[in-house]
Amino acid sequence: MAPVSATRPKRHSATVRITHWLTTIAFLALLVTGGEIVLSHPRFYWGETGNVNVHPWLNLHLPSSRDTVPTGYGYVLPDQNGWSRYLHFQSAWLTVATGLFYALFGLFSGHFRRNLLPAPSDRSIKQIVGSIVSHLRFKRPTPEEAWSYNVLQRLSYLLVVFVLFPLMIWTGLAMSFGFDSAFPSAVRLLGGHQTARSLHFLVTILLVLFLLVHVAMIILAGFRARMRAMITGRAVPPTE
Amino acid sequence: MSKISRRKLITTGVAAVAGASGLGVAAKVAKAHGLIPPDSGGLYGVGETFTYAAQRLLARHAMAREFPRSEISQNPFANEVDPLGDEFKRLQAAGFADWRLTVDGMAARPTNFSLAEIKNFPMSSQVTMIGCEEGWTYIAEWKGVPLSYILDRVGTLSQVRYVVYRSIQPDWWESIDMADALHPQTLVATGMNGADLPVPFGGPMRLRVPRQLGYKSVKYITHLTLTDNLKSFGKGTGGANSDGGYAWYAGI
Repeated sequence: MAPVSATRPKRHSATVRITHWLTTIAFLALLVTGGEIVLSHPRFYWGETGNVNVHPWLNLHLPSSRDTVPTGYGYVLPDQNGWSRYLHFQSAWLTVATGLFYALFGLFSGHFRRNLLPAPSDRSIKQIVGSIVSHLRFKRPTPEEAWSYNVLQRLSYLLVVFVLFPLMIWTGLAMSFGFDSAFPSAVRLLGGHQTARSLHFLVTILLVLFLLVHVAMIILAGFRARMRAMITGRAVPPTE
Repeated sequence: MSKISRRKLITTGVAAVAGASGLGVAAKVAKAHGLIPPDSGGLYGVGETFTYAAQRLLARHAMAREFPRSEISQNPFANEVDPLGDEFKRLQAAGFADWRLTVDGMAARPTNFSLAEIKNFPMSSQVTMIGCEEGWTYIAEWKGVPLSYILDRVGTLSQVRYVVYRSIQPDWWESIDMADALHPQTLVATGMNGADLPVPFGGPMRLRVPRQLGYKSVKYITHLTLTDNLKSFGKGTGGANSDGGYAWYAGI
Protein backbone atom coordinates (compact mmCIF):
# COMPACT_ATOMS: atom_id res chain seq x y z
CA MET A 1 0.00 0.00 0.00
CA ALA A 2 1.33 3.40 -0.91
CA PRO A 3 1.92 5.75 2.00
CA VAL A 4 -0.87 8.20 2.42
CA SER A 5 0.32 11.67 1.81
CA ALA A 6 -0.97 14.17 4.28
CA THR A 7 -1.49 16.61 1.44
CA ARG A 8 -3.81 14.35 -0.48
CA PRO A 9 -7.28 15.85 -0.15
CA LYS A 10 -9.84 14.05 1.94
CA ARG A 11 -13.18 13.24 0.35
CA HIS A 12 -14.99 13.99 3.62
CA SER A 13 -13.63 16.21 6.39
CA ALA A 14 -13.03 14.64 9.81
CA THR A 15 -15.98 16.62 11.23
CA VAL A 16 -18.35 15.29 8.57
CA ARG A 17 -17.15 11.72 9.10
CA ILE A 18 -17.36 11.81 12.91
CA THR A 19 -20.75 13.54 13.01
CA HIS A 20 -22.05 11.19 10.30
CA TRP A 21 -21.29 8.09 12.35
CA LEU A 22 -22.35 9.56 15.69
CA THR A 23 -25.67 10.45 14.07
CA THR A 24 -25.91 6.95 12.60
CA ILE A 25 -25.45 5.33 16.01
CA ALA A 26 -27.88 7.72 17.68
CA PHE A 27 -30.46 7.36 14.90
CA LEU A 28 -30.43 3.56 15.03
CA ALA A 29 -30.79 3.63 18.83
CA LEU A 30 -33.66 6.13 18.50
CA LEU A 31 -35.32 3.99 15.84
CA VAL A 32 -35.20 0.74 17.82
CA THR A 33 -36.26 2.32 21.12
CA GLY A 34 -38.88 4.49 19.41
CA GLY A 35 -40.40 1.38 17.85
CA GLU A 36 -40.39 -0.26 21.24
CA ILE A 37 -42.19 2.70 22.81
CA VAL A 38 -44.80 2.73 20.03
CA LEU A 39 -45.60 -0.91 20.82
CA SER A 40 -46.97 0.15 24.20
CA HIS A 41 -49.66 2.13 22.35
CA PRO A 42 -49.59 1.45 18.59
CA ARG A 43 -52.40 3.91 17.83
CA PHE A 44 -52.20 7.52 16.63
CA TYR A 45 -54.49 10.51 17.08
CA TRP A 46 -54.78 14.15 16.02
CA GLY A 47 -55.18 17.09 18.37
CA GLU A 48 -54.38 17.17 22.06
CA THR A 49 -55.88 14.00 23.45
CA GLY A 50 -56.11 10.36 22.46
CA ASN A 51 -56.47 7.08 24.30
CA VAL A 52 -58.14 3.70 23.83
CA ASN A 53 -61.55 5.38 24.23
CA VAL A 54 -60.83 7.66 21.28
CA HIS A 55 -60.94 6.63 17.61
CA PRO A 56 -57.39 6.68 16.19
CA TRP A 57 -56.63 7.97 12.67
CA LEU A 58 -54.05 5.20 12.46
CA ASN A 59 -54.05 1.85 14.18
CA LEU A 60 -50.97 -0.20 13.39
CA HIS A 61 -52.70 -3.44 14.37
CA LEU A 62 -49.55 -4.65 16.07
CA PRO A 63 -49.43 -6.69 19.27
CA SER A 64 -48.90 -4.35 22.22
CA SER A 65 -46.75 -4.47 25.34
CA ARG A 66 -49.81 -3.39 27.36
CA ASP A 67 -52.95 -5.39 28.01
CA THR A 68 -55.03 -2.19 28.10
CA VAL A 69 -54.72 -1.78 24.33
CA PRO A 70 -57.36 -3.68 22.32
CA THR A 71 -55.12 -5.19 19.66
CA GLY A 72 -57.10 -8.28 18.75
CA TYR A 73 -54.12 -10.43 19.67
CA GLY A 74 -54.42 -12.88 22.51
CA TYR A 75 -51.07 -12.08 24.05
CA VAL A 76 -49.14 -9.14 25.47
CA LEU A 77 -45.51 -8.40 24.64
CA PRO A 78 -42.99 -7.88 27.46
CA ASP A 79 -42.70 -4.29 28.68
CA GLN A 80 -39.44 -2.76 27.42
CA ASN A 81 -40.35 0.91 27.87
CA GLY A 82 -38.09 1.60 30.86
CA TRP A 83 -34.72 1.20 29.17
CA SER A 84 -36.17 2.16 25.79
CA ARG A 85 -37.20 5.57 27.07
CA TYR A 86 -33.89 6.09 28.90
CA LEU A 87 -31.90 5.19 25.77
CA HIS A 88 -34.25 7.15 23.49
CA PHE A 89 -33.66 10.39 25.39
CA GLN A 90 -29.93 9.80 25.85
CA SER A 91 -29.63 9.21 22.10
CA ALA A 92 -31.73 12.31 21.48
CA TRP A 93 -29.23 14.36 23.47
CA LEU A 94 -26.41 12.86 21.38
CA THR A 95 -28.30 13.70 18.18
CA VAL A 96 -28.95 17.27 19.25
CA ALA A 97 -25.37 17.86 20.42
CA THR A 98 -23.93 16.31 17.24
CA GLY A 99 -26.42 18.20 15.10
CA LEU A 100 -25.60 21.55 16.68
CA PHE A 101 -21.89 20.94 16.27
CA TYR A 102 -22.41 19.89 12.64
CA ALA A 103 -24.64 22.87 11.91
CA LEU A 104 -22.12 25.36 13.29
CA PHE A 105 -19.31 23.63 11.42
CA GLY A 106 -21.32 23.50 8.21
CA LEU A 107 -22.18 27.16 8.44
CA PHE A 108 -18.72 28.50 9.25
CA SER A 109 -16.53 26.10 7.25
CA GLY A 110 -18.51 26.60 4.07
CA HIS A 111 -19.51 22.91 4.04
CA PHE A 112 -23.19 23.71 3.51
CA ARG A 113 -22.49 26.30 0.81
CA ARG A 114 -19.88 24.20 -1.00
CA ASN A 115 -21.15 20.64 -0.61
CA LEU A 116 -24.88 20.74 0.06
CA LEU A 117 -26.24 23.79 -1.71
CA PRO A 118 -26.76 22.85 -5.38
CA ALA A 119 -24.29 24.63 -7.64
CA PRO A 120 -25.83 27.63 -9.48
CA SER A 121 -25.69 25.67 -12.74
CA ASP A 122 -27.67 22.84 -11.12
CA ARG A 123 -30.47 25.06 -9.82
CA SER A 124 -32.90 24.40 -12.63
CA ILE A 125 -35.79 22.05 -13.19
CA LYS A 126 -33.96 20.73 -16.25
CA GLN A 127 -30.89 19.73 -14.26
CA ILE A 128 -33.00 18.15 -11.53
CA VAL A 129 -35.08 16.21 -14.07
CA GLY A 130 -31.87 15.12 -15.80
CA SER A 131 -30.52 13.85 -12.49
CA ILE A 132 -33.76 12.00 -11.77
CA VAL A 133 -33.60 10.34 -15.19
CA SER A 134 -30.02 9.21 -14.77
CA HIS A 135 -30.91 7.86 -11.31
CA LEU A 136 -33.87 5.97 -12.77
CA ARG A 137 -31.61 4.47 -15.42
CA PHE A 138 -29.35 3.26 -12.59
CA LYS A 139 -26.43 4.96 -14.28
CA ARG A 140 -23.35 4.42 -12.18
CA PRO A 141 -21.66 7.65 -11.14
CA THR A 142 -18.58 8.76 -13.06
CA PRO A 143 -15.28 8.94 -11.12
CA GLU A 144 -15.65 12.75 -10.86
CA GLU A 145 -18.99 12.32 -9.17
CA ALA A 146 -17.32 10.36 -6.39
CA TRP A 147 -15.87 13.70 -5.33
CA SER A 148 -19.03 15.66 -5.19
CA TYR A 149 -22.72 15.20 -4.45
CA ASN A 150 -25.14 15.35 -7.36
CA VAL A 151 -28.09 17.69 -7.27
CA LEU A 152 -30.64 15.11 -6.03
CA GLN A 153 -28.25 14.03 -3.31
CA ARG A 154 -27.75 17.62 -2.23
CA LEU A 155 -31.46 18.31 -2.12
CA SER A 156 -32.23 15.17 -0.11
CA TYR A 157 -29.41 15.88 2.36
CA LEU A 158 -30.64 19.44 2.75
CA LEU A 159 -34.14 18.10 3.40
CA VAL A 160 -32.87 15.66 6.03
CA VAL A 161 -30.55 18.15 7.75
CA PHE A 162 -32.74 21.24 7.70
CA VAL A 163 -36.29 19.92 7.66
CA LEU A 164 -36.68 16.33 8.86
CA PHE A 165 -34.22 16.31 11.78
CA PRO A 166 -35.39 19.69 13.15
CA LEU A 167 -38.99 18.47 12.83
CA MET A 168 -38.10 15.28 14.68
CA ILE A 169 -36.56 17.26 17.52
CA TRP A 170 -39.44 19.72 17.67
CA THR A 171 -42.17 17.06 17.67
CA GLY A 172 -40.19 14.96 20.14
CA LEU A 173 -39.76 17.87 22.55
CA ALA A 174 -43.44 18.75 22.15
CA MET A 175 -44.36 15.42 23.76
CA SER A 176 -42.39 16.30 26.90
CA PHE A 177 -44.61 17.74 29.62
CA GLY A 178 -41.72 19.80 30.96
CA PHE A 179 -41.10 21.31 27.53
CA ASP A 180 -44.84 21.81 27.02
CA SER A 181 -44.97 23.84 30.26
CA ALA A 182 -42.00 25.97 29.27
CA PHE A 183 -42.92 26.52 25.61
CA PRO A 184 -46.67 25.90 25.25
CA SER A 185 -46.90 27.74 21.93
CA ALA A 186 -44.40 25.29 20.40
CA VAL A 187 -46.94 22.53 21.07
CA ARG A 188 -50.00 24.56 20.02
CA LEU A 189 -48.30 25.56 16.77
CA LEU A 190 -47.88 21.88 15.89
CA GLY A 191 -51.55 21.22 16.59
CA GLY A 192 -51.37 19.59 20.01
CA HIS A 193 -49.74 16.79 21.94
CA GLN A 194 -51.18 13.88 19.94
CA THR A 195 -50.58 15.61 16.62
CA ALA A 196 -46.94 16.04 17.67
CA ARG A 197 -46.78 12.32 18.42
CA SER A 198 -48.35 11.45 15.05
CA LEU A 199 -45.97 13.78 13.19
CA HIS A 200 -43.03 12.29 15.11
CA PHE A 201 -44.08 8.89 13.76
CA LEU A 202 -44.66 10.12 10.19
CA VAL A 203 -41.30 11.90 10.00
CA THR A 204 -39.69 8.69 11.29
CA ILE A 205 -41.09 6.90 8.26
CA LEU A 206 -39.61 9.56 5.96
CA LEU A 207 -36.23 9.21 7.68
CA VAL A 208 -36.33 5.42 7.37
CA LEU A 209 -37.16 5.79 3.66
CA PHE A 210 -34.21 8.14 3.33
CA LEU A 211 -31.98 5.63 5.13
CA LEU A 212 -33.07 2.80 2.81
CA VAL A 213 -32.49 4.84 -0.35
CA HIS A 214 -29.23 6.22 1.04
CA VAL A 215 -27.84 2.73 1.74
CA ALA A 216 -29.15 1.40 -1.60
CA MET A 217 -27.38 4.23 -3.43
CA ILE A 218 -24.13 3.57 -1.54
CA ILE A 219 -24.30 -0.08 -2.59
CA LEU A 220 -25.06 0.90 -6.19
CA ALA A 221 -22.25 3.45 -6.33
CA GLY A 222 -19.70 1.05 -4.82
CA PHE A 223 -20.14 0.09 -1.18
CA ARG A 224 -16.46 -0.42 -0.31
CA ALA A 225 -15.22 2.81 -1.86
CA ARG A 226 -18.02 4.91 -0.36
CA MET A 227 -17.62 3.35 3.09
CA ARG A 228 -13.87 3.87 2.96
CA ALA A 229 -14.40 7.52 2.03
CA MET A 230 -16.80 8.06 4.95
CA ILE A 231 -14.63 6.18 7.45
CA THR A 232 -11.06 7.17 6.53
CA GLY A 233 -11.80 10.14 4.32
CA ARG A 234 -9.69 8.57 1.57
CA ALA A 235 -10.94 8.21 -1.97
CA VAL A 236 -9.33 8.09 -5.37
CA PRO A 237 -8.67 11.72 -6.27
CA PRO A 238 -10.39 12.93 -9.42
CA THR A 239 -7.08 13.52 -11.25
CA GLU A 240 -6.00 9.89 -11.11
CA MET B 1 2.20 12.22 12.35
CA SER B 2 4.90 14.78 11.60
CA LYS B 3 2.16 17.04 10.32
CA ILE B 4 0.72 17.41 13.80
CA SER B 5 2.57 20.40 15.12
CA ARG B 6 3.73 20.80 18.67
CA ARG B 7 1.42 23.76 19.05
CA LYS B 8 -1.55 21.67 18.03
CA LEU B 9 -0.52 18.93 20.45
CA ILE B 10 -0.20 21.40 23.33
CA THR B 11 -3.48 23.13 22.48
CA THR B 12 -5.28 19.80 22.29
CA GLY B 13 -3.74 18.69 25.60
CA VAL B 14 -4.66 21.91 27.37
CA ALA B 15 -8.19 21.73 25.93
CA ALA B 16 -8.56 18.11 27.08
CA VAL B 17 -7.41 18.90 30.62
CA ALA B 18 -9.60 22.01 30.75
CA GLY B 19 -12.52 20.00 29.43
CA ALA B 20 -12.10 17.20 31.95
CA SER B 21 -11.68 19.53 34.92
CA GLY B 22 -14.54 21.64 33.56
CA LEU B 23 -16.77 18.58 33.64
CA GLY B 24 -15.63 17.85 37.18
CA VAL B 25 -16.46 21.39 38.29
CA ALA B 26 -19.78 21.26 36.43
CA ALA B 27 -20.69 18.03 38.22
CA LYS B 28 -19.87 19.60 41.63
CA VAL B 29 -21.88 22.75 40.86
CA ALA B 30 -24.78 20.66 39.54
CA LYS B 31 -24.82 18.54 42.69
CA ALA B 32 -24.76 21.61 44.92
CA HIS B 33 -27.73 23.07 43.03
CA GLY B 34 -29.79 19.88 43.09
CA LEU B 35 -29.48 19.19 39.36
CA ILE B 36 -28.52 15.52 39.65
CA PRO B 37 -31.47 13.09 39.70
CA PRO B 38 -31.40 10.11 42.09
CA ASP B 39 -31.16 7.67 39.16
CA SER B 40 -28.09 9.37 37.67
CA GLY B 41 -25.95 6.26 38.08
CA GLY B 42 -25.72 3.61 35.42
CA LEU B 43 -25.78 3.47 31.65
CA TYR B 44 -28.38 6.15 31.00
CA GLY B 45 -27.47 8.53 33.84
CA VAL B 46 -25.87 11.09 31.54
CA GLY B 47 -28.94 11.63 29.37
CA GLU B 48 -31.19 11.61 32.42
CA THR B 49 -29.06 14.18 34.22
CA PHE B 50 -29.00 16.43 31.13
CA THR B 51 -32.78 16.30 30.87
CA TYR B 52 -33.42 16.96 34.55
CA ALA B 53 -30.77 19.68 34.86
CA ALA B 54 -31.90 21.40 31.65
CA GLN B 55 -35.55 21.49 32.71
CA ARG B 56 -34.75 22.63 36.25
CA LEU B 57 -32.41 25.36 35.01
CA LEU B 58 -34.63 26.63 32.20
CA ALA B 59 -38.17 25.90 33.34
CA ARG B 60 -38.23 25.53 37.10
CA HIS B 61 -41.29 27.72 37.52
CA ALA B 62 -43.01 27.03 34.20
CA MET B 63 -46.72 26.31 34.43
CA ALA B 64 -48.38 23.31 32.82
CA ARG B 65 -50.78 24.31 30.07
CA GLU B 66 -54.36 24.85 31.22
CA PHE B 67 -57.21 24.27 28.81
CA PRO B 68 -60.71 25.70 28.48
CA ARG B 69 -63.41 23.52 30.05
CA SER B 70 -64.72 22.77 26.55
CA GLU B 71 -61.58 20.69 25.95
CA ILE B 72 -62.19 18.32 28.87
CA SER B 73 -62.12 14.77 27.46
CA GLN B 74 -65.52 13.15 27.19
CA ASN B 75 -64.00 9.67 27.48
CA PRO B 76 -61.04 9.82 29.85
CA PHE B 77 -59.20 6.55 30.20
CA ALA B 78 -58.77 5.10 33.68
CA ASN B 79 -55.53 3.21 33.46
CA GLU B 80 -55.62 -0.20 35.07
CA VAL B 81 -54.34 -0.61 38.62
CA ASP B 82 -53.45 -3.68 40.63
CA PRO B 83 -56.51 -5.16 42.36
CA LEU B 84 -57.42 -3.04 45.37
CA GLY B 85 -56.86 -4.81 48.69
CA ASP B 86 -59.13 -5.52 51.64
CA GLU B 87 -58.07 -2.41 53.53
CA PHE B 88 -59.10 -0.22 50.62
CA LYS B 89 -62.42 -2.01 50.27
CA ARG B 90 -63.13 -1.58 53.97
CA LEU B 91 -62.42 2.18 53.73
CA GLN B 92 -64.46 2.43 50.54
CA ALA B 93 -67.44 0.71 52.19
CA ALA B 94 -67.39 3.44 54.86
CA GLY B 95 -67.37 6.17 52.21
CA PHE B 96 -63.68 6.85 52.87
CA ALA B 97 -64.64 8.60 56.14
CA ASP B 98 -61.60 7.00 57.79
CA TRP B 99 -59.16 7.68 54.94
CA ARG B 100 -56.13 9.44 56.35
CA LEU B 101 -53.11 11.15 54.87
CA THR B 102 -50.11 10.81 57.16
CA VAL B 103 -47.31 13.36 56.87
CA ASP B 104 -44.01 12.52 58.54
CA GLY B 105 -40.27 12.77 58.13
CA MET B 106 -38.57 16.15 58.31
CA ALA B 107 -41.61 18.12 59.37
CA ALA B 108 -41.82 20.43 62.39
CA ARG B 109 -45.30 19.07 63.15
CA PRO B 110 -45.74 15.56 61.72
CA THR B 111 -49.42 14.72 61.67
CA ASN B 112 -52.21 13.08 59.72
CA PHE B 113 -55.28 14.52 58.06
CA SER B 114 -58.65 12.94 57.43
CA LEU B 115 -60.20 13.16 53.98
CA ALA B 116 -62.76 15.64 55.36
CA GLU B 117 -60.00 17.86 56.74
CA ILE B 118 -58.18 17.82 53.41
CA LYS B 119 -61.37 18.75 51.61
CA ASN B 120 -61.80 21.72 53.95
CA PHE B 121 -58.42 23.15 53.05
CA PRO B 122 -58.30 25.91 50.41
CA MET B 123 -58.90 24.16 47.12
CA SER B 124 -57.43 24.84 43.76
CA SER B 125 -58.63 23.54 40.44
CA GLN B 126 -57.05 23.21 37.04
CA VAL B 127 -57.95 21.85 33.62
CA THR B 128 -54.77 20.05 32.61
CA MET B 129 -53.64 17.14 30.51
CA ILE B 130 -52.49 13.87 31.97
CA GLY B 131 -50.28 11.75 29.76
CA CYS B 132 -49.02 8.23 30.13
CA GLU B 133 -45.49 7.25 29.17
CA GLU B 134 -47.19 4.85 26.74
CA GLY B 135 -48.31 7.84 24.68
CA TRP B 136 -51.99 8.37 25.41
CA THR B 137 -53.51 11.49 26.98
CA TYR B 138 -56.71 13.00 28.28
CA ILE B 139 -57.74 16.35 29.70
CA ALA B 140 -59.70 16.71 32.93
CA GLU B 141 -60.52 19.27 35.55
CA TRP B 142 -58.72 18.39 38.76
CA LYS B 143 -59.60 19.81 42.14
CA GLY B 144 -57.46 19.51 45.21
CA VAL B 145 -55.27 21.11 47.86
CA PRO B 146 -51.94 22.41 46.65
CA LEU B 147 -49.30 20.14 48.12
CA SER B 148 -47.42 23.31 49.14
CA TYR B 149 -50.30 24.17 51.48
CA ILE B 150 -50.00 20.84 53.28
CA LEU B 151 -46.21 21.22 53.46
CA ASP B 152 -46.74 24.66 55.02
CA ARG B 153 -49.18 23.25 57.59
CA VAL B 154 -46.73 20.62 58.80
CA GLY B 155 -43.73 22.96 58.78
CA THR B 156 -41.27 21.64 56.24
CA LEU B 157 -37.71 21.78 57.57
CA SER B 158 -35.26 23.75 55.46
CA GLN B 159 -33.10 20.77 54.54
CA VAL B 160 -35.97 18.85 52.90
CA ARG B 161 -35.21 18.13 49.25
CA TYR B 162 -37.83 15.54 48.31
CA VAL B 163 -41.37 14.55 49.13
CA VAL B 164 -41.94 10.79 49.07
CA TYR B 165 -45.56 9.75 48.60
CA ARG B 166 -47.05 6.31 49.03
CA SER B 167 -50.16 4.62 47.77
CA ILE B 168 -52.34 2.32 49.87
CA GLN B 169 -51.30 -0.32 47.35
CA PRO B 170 -48.28 -2.28 48.54
CA ASP B 171 -44.86 -1.10 47.34
CA TRP B 172 -46.34 1.65 45.19
CA TRP B 173 -44.66 4.96 45.82
CA GLU B 174 -42.93 7.87 44.12
CA SER B 175 -41.08 11.06 45.00
CA ILE B 176 -40.66 14.57 43.60
CA ASP B 177 -38.17 17.34 44.27
CA MET B 178 -39.13 20.63 45.93
CA ALA B 179 -39.47 22.42 42.56
CA ASP B 180 -42.47 20.20 41.87
CA ALA B 181 -43.60 19.76 45.48
CA LEU B 182 -43.94 23.53 45.96
CA HIS B 183 -45.25 24.15 42.44
CA PRO B 184 -48.73 25.75 42.55
CA GLN B 185 -50.18 23.15 40.15
CA THR B 186 -49.06 20.13 42.19
CA LEU B 187 -52.20 19.03 44.02
CA VAL B 188 -53.39 16.45 46.47
CA ALA B 189 -56.42 15.91 44.26
CA THR B 190 -59.77 14.79 45.62
CA GLY B 191 -62.05 15.89 42.79
CA MET B 192 -62.30 15.41 39.06
CA ASN B 193 -64.63 17.01 36.51
CA GLY B 194 -66.87 18.53 39.17
CA ALA B 195 -67.37 15.41 41.29
CA ASP B 196 -65.45 13.40 43.86
CA LEU B 197 -62.41 11.75 42.33
CA PRO B 198 -63.72 8.38 41.06
CA VAL B 199 -61.95 5.27 42.36
CA PRO B 200 -60.68 4.15 38.91
CA PHE B 201 -58.99 7.55 38.58
CA GLY B 202 -57.35 7.38 42.02
CA GLY B 203 -60.17 8.34 44.39
CA PRO B 204 -60.47 9.30 47.10
CA MET B 205 -57.05 10.96 46.83
CA ARG B 206 -54.23 11.05 44.35
CA LEU B 207 -51.28 13.30 43.72
CA ARG B 208 -51.43 15.41 40.57
CA VAL B 209 -48.08 16.48 39.10
CA PRO B 210 -49.13 17.97 35.76
CA ARG B 211 -45.59 18.77 34.61
CA GLN B 212 -44.66 15.09 34.69
CA LEU B 213 -45.96 11.85 33.19
CA GLY B 214 -48.94 10.08 34.72
CA TYR B 215 -46.92 7.57 36.69
CA LYS B 216 -45.82 10.37 39.04
CA SER B 217 -49.50 11.15 39.77
CA VAL B 218 -49.80 8.21 42.17
CA LYS B 219 -53.34 7.04 43.01
CA TYR B 220 -54.76 6.29 46.49
CA ILE B 221 -52.11 8.19 48.47
CA THR B 222 -52.03 7.70 52.24
CA HIS B 223 -48.58 8.82 53.23
CA LEU B 224 -46.18 11.71 52.62
CA THR B 225 -42.61 11.63 53.92
CA LEU B 226 -40.36 14.68 53.79
CA THR B 227 -36.71 13.83 53.37
CA ASP B 228 -33.32 15.20 52.36
CA ASN B 229 -32.19 11.92 50.84
CA LEU B 230 -33.81 9.13 48.85
CA LYS B 231 -31.15 6.51 49.51
CA SER B 232 -33.06 4.84 52.34
CA PHE B 233 -36.25 4.37 50.31
CA GLY B 234 -36.57 1.20 48.26
CA LYS B 235 -33.52 0.66 46.08
CA GLY B 236 -32.59 4.32 46.44
CA THR B 237 -33.63 5.67 43.05
CA GLY B 238 -36.61 7.59 44.40
CA GLY B 239 -39.64 5.57 43.35
CA ALA B 240 -41.23 2.25 42.56
CA ASN B 241 -41.07 3.15 38.86
CA SER B 242 -37.39 4.11 38.89
CA ASP B 243 -36.58 1.05 41.01
CA GLY B 244 -38.31 -0.88 38.21
CA GLY B 245 -36.19 0.64 35.42
CA TYR B 246 -38.18 3.77 34.52
CA ALA B 247 -36.84 7.32 34.80
CA TRP B 248 -37.33 9.03 38.16
CA TYR B 249 -37.80 12.43 36.53
CA ALA B 250 -40.76 12.12 34.21
CA GLY B 251 -40.98 15.67 32.87
CA ILE B 252 -40.24 14.20 29.46
